Amino acid sequence: MPWDRNQMAARAADELEDGMYVNLGIGIPTLVANYVGDKDITLQSENGMLGMGPFPFEGEEDPDLINAGKQTITELARTAYFDSATSFAMIRGGKIAAAILGAMEVAENGDLANWMIPGKLVKGMGGAMDLVAGVGRVVVVMDHTNKHGESKVLKECTLPLTGKGVVDRIITNLGVLDVVEGGLAIVELADGVTEDELRAATEATIVN
Amino acid sequence: MKKVYGNAAEALDGLLFDGMFIAAGGFGLCGIPELLLQAIKEAGTKDLTFASNNAGVDDFGIGILLQTRQVKKMISSYVGENAEFMRQYLSGELELEFNPQGTLAERMRAGGAGIPGFYTKTGVGTVIAEGKEHKDFDGETYILEKGIFADLAIVKAWKADDTGNLIFRKTARNFNVPAATCGKICVAEVEEIVPRGSLDPDCIHLPGIYVHRIIQGAHEKRIEQRTTRKREEA
Repeated sequence: MPWDRNQMAARAADELEDGMYVNLGIGIPTLVANYVGDKDITLQSENGMLGMGPFPFEGEEDPDLINAGKQTITELARTAYFDSATSFAMIRGGKIAAAILGAMEVAENGDLANWMIPGKLVKGMGGAMDLVAGVGRVVVVMDHTNKHGESKVLKECTLPLTGKGVVDRIITNLGVLDVVEGGLAIVELADGVTEDELRAATEATIVN
Repeated sequence: MKKVYGNAAEALDGLLFDGMFIAAGGFGLCGIPELLLQAIKEAGTKDLTFASNNAGVDDFGIGILLQTRQVKKMISSYVGENAEFMRQYLSGELELEFNPQGTLAERMRAGGAGIPGFYTKTGVGTVIAEGKEHKDFDGETYILEKGIFADLAIVKAWKADDTGNLIFRKTARNFNVPAATCGKICVAEVEEIVPRGSLDPDCIHLPGIYVHRIIQGAHEKRIEQRTTRKREEA
């Protein structure tokens, strides 16, 4: 059985080390926060916060306290607030150790596409281009194939890029791949997924 | 110099003109200058260009100026929540310039700091880089982005004193600080104007030198995505 959303999030949480400052994207990456366990992780929200807490209890929502997905959240004892220019200074300046984010396509050279499908409604890139250009390590969490069964792990991205050569590791429902010289390297397989299955679902060059 | 005005319309008196460029604070609907936007709607000023991270929703924030067709162009990073925006954009009535969020914030900060341009690696190799100067520093490629110099900045803060020193609350600070600095004139709306001397000088988020006019008013502070957890889960 391939990993489900929560298993992918749990695997992505293994990427995080004690003391890291991390930015989590919307969707499955948001679930990663549920699996950090005892590790001392500080979550950054790019609208201007370090030390993001969980959703508030009903009745305790604060319109002045939201995350980058515009959801109401809470603060922690360690929380610090700052303006948007300061927020992206720490992102662009490489102070954030890792970003975990979703993707539409990833290519074997680390190119990432996750903001725009030509001909469809374009909402904007938000902070994604700044994050992938600036943080120490970019980990993509996504399904290995799209709803038509086509690989999202490609030789070259077909969609407009969010960043060029920015992805370090890809975690999918089928396993974990690293971007290395010449293509992708299989790091591990999801429980019950064979190497042949992962290779068959991958268009990109696999070097090992 | 008197900075405190009676209401939003008075605070904007003499500052608005058709075709002007306005930088606005806020992220989503959080920390937006809702009273000043309403006053601009009522003033009927047209052909506006806004530098603002988002474009509000249909009936709140910059969305109310889209309904009245007062906006010619938006410079934003994300506009997903606004159906009227999309309709005007797809029909060619509205210009849109996407900026990566950090590039937009830095363009405002740079403009306010007297810096006309800066190099960033954000967007290199993407459509954002097309037509922009590329330059290598220590083997890495960067693109040139320009500072924003707006005719007017409109921002929302939590508290002000009568000299314009501002403090913000939680994540409502967001784009308000860089936006405030990049306008020739900055008008701030706040929840409370407090007596001079009652704000801690060590805790001013935006010094009054950047703020020219202030109003106090009641804010709706609408929540865009109300998300909660159940107490049993705690």
